[in-house]
Amino acid sequence: MMEFVLGHYNYWIVVVLMMAGFYTVISRGNLIKKIAGLNIFQVSVFLLYISIGNVQEGTTPIIAPGFQHYSNPLPHVLILTAIVVGVATTALGLALIVRIKEAYGTIEEEDIHLQDNSL
Amino acid sequence: MIEQHLSILLVVIPLLAAPITAILPWARIAWLLTLLVSWVCLLLAVWQLQIVLAGNIISYELGGWAPPWGIEYRIDIINAFIAMIVAAIAAITLPYALRSVEQEIVPRHIPLFYTAFLLCLTGLLGITLTGDIFNLFVFLEISSLSSYALISMGRQRQALTAAFQYLVMGTIGATFLLIGIGLTYAVTGTLNMSDITARLQDVEEFRTLHTAFAFIFIGIALKLAMFPLHLWLPNVYTYAPSVISVFLAATATKVAIYVLIRVIFTIYGIEFAFEEIHINWFLLPLSAIAVISASLIAIFQTNIKRMLAYSSVAQIGYILLGIGLASMTGLTAAILHLFNHALMKGALFMTLGAVFYKMNTVQLGDLNGIGRRMPLTMGAFVIGGLSLVGVPLTVGFISKWYLVVAALEQQWWWLVVILIAGSLLALIYIWRVVEVAYLKPAPAGCATRNEAPLSLLIPTWILIAGNIYFGIHTSLTVDVAESASTMLFGK
Repeated sequence: MMEFVLGHYNYWIVVVLMMAGFYTVISRGNLIKKIAGLNIFQVSVFLLYISIGNVQEGTTPIIAPGFQHYSNPLPHVLILTAIVVGVATTALGLALIVRIKEAYGTIEEEDIHLQDNSL
Repeated sequence: MIEQHLSILLVVIPLLAAPITAILPWARIAWLLTLLVSWVCLLLAVWQLQIVLAGNIISYELGGWAPPWGIEYRIDIINAFIAMIVAAIAAITLPYALRSVEQEIVPRHIPLFYTAFLLCLTGLLGITLTGDIFNLFVFLEISSLSSYALISMGRQRQALTAAFQYLVMGTIGATFLLIGIGLTYAVTGTLNMSDITARLQDVEEFRTLHTAFAFIFIGIALKLAMFPLHLWLPNVYTYAPSVISVFLAATATKVAIYVLIRVIFTIYGIEFAFEEIHINWFLLPLSAIAVISASLIAIFQTNIKRMLAYSSVAQIGYILLGIGLASMTGLTAAILHLFNHALMKGALFMTLGAVFYKMNTVQLGDLNGIGRRMPLTMGAFVIGGLSLVGVPLTVGFISKWYLVVAALEQQWWWLVVILIAGSLLALIYIWRVVEVAYLKPAPAGCATRNEAPLSLLIPTWILIAGNIYFGIHTSLTVDVAESASTMLFGK
């Protein structure tokens, strides 16, 4: 049991990060905090992919004499793409927040709703 | 030569044109280039559909790397058809875009608007054509990111919050999809869709597989605005620039539905999705609720764009009902309605764009007597509305007919009742607009004719003509939809 818990520690980190990020997105009204939560949520998935790529007793996937078992490099490559997507999403989200701040004078979700409804 | 590389050209041409439009200083030239690209894409997409309809399956190996190691573009009837819909809507929307965009977008942003539009087109076409599930995720994000930017260009400030809300929900959806793809990869060790199907035969890790499917399903459901994950959609369609409402309403959700069809029928297989996971237990009740509740909400809207947005949620419900029936006729009806709904919603949002162009508002209360001031525009709205309701001789009737037939095949009378109730509710909300437009007197002093320019009217009427043409000559679309669904059922 203990071995199962400790042996999969990276997956536990993934689960905790994922829930923390997801909860932040849902519960916080501050738009910047929402984007930060979204980021943590995405990062947890990156960790998940990298964990999947790990091969027991595998080394860095570089061909060299004396090494037979390599970790799977594909998930790492995939996640590079996903990181770029994540950066783009964050940048766009922050840019939108700047414009929301210019238009509403606030980045709190409740205040924005109040202003829209009072029109 | 071109025929060999058809599928990749469909993605590469708009992708390369996008940065060019970004550096062009003249808005009109950027528009012209985008128009040209979209027409070339339509040509290629129609050509590709012809090849596929002749009974071939196109398999294109990117960079000459053989699948499953390299990325493969694999085109059969269903995705050739969806790619054709996307390209056609883009090609019809762009002539309309010139005047509408010039009025709604800040001049210095117009070239960038077309850049984002081309990227969105690239993403949507890429999703339909690729045979690699991770590549699909990348294209999904390309189309989503560009559409967030496009939506935020709407004139009212609510466009910004709508885009932000969509960004948050869309990213959660895409990340769920990413988790699902990762878990599927962990089980099968491949990302190529047909390879996944082949390897799933000997997989015994059912728990991981169930989790993967659940993540993928919820992720796509967010993207296609399945009830109750549709909360982003009404604001987006309401506050986006008119052209973008037309384009997204007619293509984005359709492409997401295609992904769902692909995942259920090709990748995981019918037996896994319907007999092991019982996906229809979610799909059928949720879609039935969507049809009734979204139509009811639509009746009480005062903004016509928002009304049509809720109607879209209901219409997506119809398509999902067709999929949830898990029969050939049901799937045929779903694919038909995918095409038909693109035609009618495209046309309806175009009429509203024209109204907005002239009147600067789409609030129901401000449009008394609009039918006499803009007879051609509102005439198009009425025909499009009738198609939405499902009156015979329009496309709406054809897809509803097939849905009813599919429901009767399984003796589900309750479903027929829901379908008819949905149509009656659609009649009510369309009638509310007709009543305001034709029966209420125009306010004094502005009763003169004030029709929208031809560049807005002609694309609108082309789509309306499509609504009627494909409602009478049904063999064209029905044949394609039937052979696509036969292929997906593997018979």
